[in-house]
Amino acid sequence: MTISSSLITRRGALAAIAAVIATRQAMATPESAREWLAGLAKGTPQDAKVTLKAPEIAENGMAVPFSVSVDSEMSEKSYVKALYIAADGNPNPPVAIYEFSPLAGKAEVALRVKLSQTQNLIAVAEMNDGTLYRASREVKVTIGGCGG
Amino acid sequence: MADDIKPRLRVPATARKGELVEIKTLITHPMESGQRKDAEGKLVPRMIVNALTVTFNGKPVVNVTLEPAVAANPYMSFFMRAQESGTLKFTWTDDQKNSWTAESKLDVS
Repeated sequence: MTISSSLITRRGALAAIAAVIATRQAMATPESAREWLAGLAKGTPQDAKVTLKAPEIAENGMAVPFSVSVDSEMSEKSYVKALYIAADGNPNPPVAIYEFSPLAGKAEVALRVKLSQTQNLIAVAEMNDGTLYRASREVKVTIGGCGG
Repeated sequence: MADDIKPRLRVPATARKGELVEIKTLITHPMESGQRKDAEGKLVPRMIVNALTVTFNGKPVVNVTLEPAVAANPYMSFFMRAQESGTLKFTWTDDQKNSWTAESKLDVS
C-alpha cells in the first residue's frame, strides 16, 4: 500500500488489513504465488533453462496437462535439486514440488493441474549450487476447475 | 472409496546402460481439494494424495509433493538414467497417512 501511514487512522488501518486478509482468503493473488515461491527458492531466478509446456487454451480447468523440463546435465556436479510449480490464480497457488537426485538423468516432468480461471503457471528450478531459473506460461481457462 | 485407489505404472522392463527411461505413473484418487461444496452447500473436506517417492535399489530418484491443485487421478511422468539392473519402488501417501506401493523391475544390459 502506498498511502502514507500518518494519514490513515487506526480504524482505517484495521479495516484495510481486514480487507486484504478477506480478499486473500477469497482468492489467490499473483503475490501469494510469488510469496510461496520466494519462501522456497531464496534469490532471484533468471528467465532461462526452464521450459514450461501447457495448452494456450484449456477448455476444462479440471485437468490441464502440462510439462516442465529443465536444461541440466543431471550429473553429481550439476543437477536440478528441486522444481517448484505454482498456479497464480488458484485459491491455493502451490501445485507441486519435485526433488530430484542425479539418478533421474533428465529433469523433465509431466502432471495435470486444476485451474480455477485464466492464469499463469510458474515453474522455478533450484540447482544444487543454489542457482535459480524460472519460466511461466499463461493458460486461458474456459470452464474453471474449482468448486462444484 | 479407498478400495478404488489403485496405482498404475508404465515403465520399460529392459534398458541399455546409460539410457534414459521414461517412467509414467497414475493413481486413481479423487484428490478432493477442500474447496468444493457438496449438494447441501457444505465444504467437502480436503483429501488428497500428497506425496510420491520413487527409489531405485533403495536410492532416491525423485520425490514429489502434491498440493490440492493437482487434478484427480494424478498422472505423473519423469525420467531415470538406467545404470544397473534393479527395482524401482513407488510409494504414494495421502492426507490420512494411507499409502500404496508399486514395484517395477528393470533389466539393464
